[in-house]
Amino acid sequence: MQYHKPRPTASAIASRFLIYLVLGLLAILIIVPLLWVFMASFKQNSEFYGSPWVLPEGLYFQNYVDAWSKARMGDFMLNSAVTTAMALGMLLIFALPAAYVLSRFRFRLRRLMNISFMGGLFINVNYIVVPIFLMLVAGDKQLRAWGAAPFFLNNLFMLALVYAATALPFTVYLLSGYFATLPVAYEEAAYIDGASNLTTMVRVMFPLALPAIITVILFNFLSFWNEYIIAMTLLSSSTGPKTLPVGLMYLTKAQNARSEFGQLYAGLVLVMLPTLILYMLVQRKLTQGMALGGLKG
Amino acid sequence: MDRHKGRGWFIFWCSAPAFLLFIIFMVIPTFNIFRMSLYKWGGFSARRTFIGLGNFRTLFEDMKFLQAFQNTVLLIVVVSVITITLALGYAAILSRIKFKGQNFFRIVFYIPNILSIVIISAVFSAVYDSHNGLLNGILALFKGEGAQPVYWLGNQNIIIYSLAGAMIWQAIGYYMVMYMASMAAIPESLYESAGLEGAGKLTQFFQITLPLIWNNLRTTLTFFIISSINMSFMFVKVMTDGGPDGSTEVFLSYMYKQAYTNSTYGYGMAIGVVIFIFSFALSGIVNLVTRRETLEV
Repeated sequence: MQYHKPRPTASAIASRFLIYLVLGLLAILIIVPLLWVFMASFKQNSEFYGSPWVLPEGLYFQNYVDAWSKARMGDFMLNSAVTTAMALGMLLIFALPAAYVLSRFRFRLRRLMNISFMGGLFINVNYIVVPIFLMLVAGDKQLRAWGAAPFFLNNLFMLALVYAATALPFTVYLLSGYFATLPVAYEEAAYIDGASNLTTMVRVMFPLALPAIITVILFNFLSFWNEYIIAMTLLSSSTGPKTLPVGLMYLTKAQNARSEFGQLYAGLVLVMLPTLILYMLVQRKLTQGMALGGLKG
Repeated sequence: MDRHKGRGWFIFWCSAPAFLLFIIFMVIPTFNIFRMSLYKWGGFSARRTFIGLGNFRTLFEDMKFLQAFQNTVLLIVVVSVITITLALGYAAILSRIKFKGQNFFRIVFYIPNILSIVIISAVFSAVYDSHNGLLNGILALFKGEGAQPVYWLGNQNIIIYSLAGAMIWQAIGYYMVMYMASMAAIPESLYESAGLEGAGKLTQFFQITLPLIWNNLRTTLTFFIISSINMSFMFVKVMTDGGPDGSTEVFLSYMYKQAYTNSTYGYGMAIGVVIFIFSFALSGIVNLVTRRETLEV
């Protein structure tokens, strides 16, 4: 059927205009505060007492130098990177085999495990952060009683382990859902070739699950990198290590009292930048992954 | 695969470590919340006295807790109604109408979801600042220089809505992408035949889109309740810390204050129990109330 595009009528133009207006408004509401922070990160302290609309007089990079070294954002960034990497590594080591076995093998505790992990989806970590803290306090107390050095609190490795453990329900749920969609023929072929269960899983099935693994890494990277309630609770010592969001939170509080705004805004940009760059690179994957994985509260 | 030797050990080594980690860091802490709520336990002394439901009796006479309860409910209602309405509207526009720049809007609207709540809170603290904040800067353009600033984070009547504003800003994009995913599953033919019958875009939305994504909407609503309780805590922790004078205290922030900052663990855990019961009960009620006959495509 021949189809000619009709000439736009006045009402069509008006509705188009309305759509752009409505969408543009939200886009502005989202972009302007972020751009404003970016702009403010280049201002000198004296400039903050004028109108908030004035562009910075020059690019005052000293804010970034101060934030990086004086406010120790550089150290915090390293801590965050180490914690996130450890947590992601442990998460995959624990979750991948479990998800595979839960989706492919029938065994006695399977139903119980599946139901437990499903239930875990509804437990928000921030609900249980205090009992986790108390458990680690008790562990440290026990170690001291034995004459050993405390280990569980103010330790990036333990923080990473808690991250990995609490991310298990969502990760196992998403991965086992993906494994269930893969045809059994691959395993049968590997079996005929004489491959063991372990070899089949690691060499054949894990590579096939790569799309789901990437989705899992992306989502958990964002949540580990941005997390601060658990980090703040478990890294409570003033001399111990801190992650970037926790350091930033203390900077917010300190800056309100000392009013060194430039440093604060530079710190904000430093925390935002890695996630923004990652997002720009993988945004399609991320929003598609959300449809794949369903919900994450 | 079941014919392999050592199948049992393979299943064990794959699933047991993950399950054990999950038990230690999620199941036991959850269980501990319920157990410890029955004890009077404060400070770092090991002395605990069993007091049954004593903590709960104190709790329901605690005016600060009732205030936190009220604030939480207010935030859940305001934030979920506005966020879901806007997210649905924007999702419908972006998935039903074709126009240039669609991708740009989708990318921009999702940005808040990838930023740490610390950053969003710090950005909004700056936006709401009474002296050189962005919002008062805009108001000054209309009211003229030297006008009395609005204390967005200082006025007890306004502050809870200021928080709600930040929470909505953060959540819209996430729910929009969720709804877009489920709207994409609706077959185009339904809209075409509706269009032939003369149904307008608005009628199509209420007669086709909304009924067909209803189940997804219900699920997001349930998750929204749990997530709002959690989010409100994360925003409060950085932006106001419950102040001024308890006017922004929410469930989890009050629990955290009692259990972590004041070290009254038993009492704090009793608050935790109420939060658990409240969030599951509310989710259940919402689930029941919104039950409709399912429409299948």
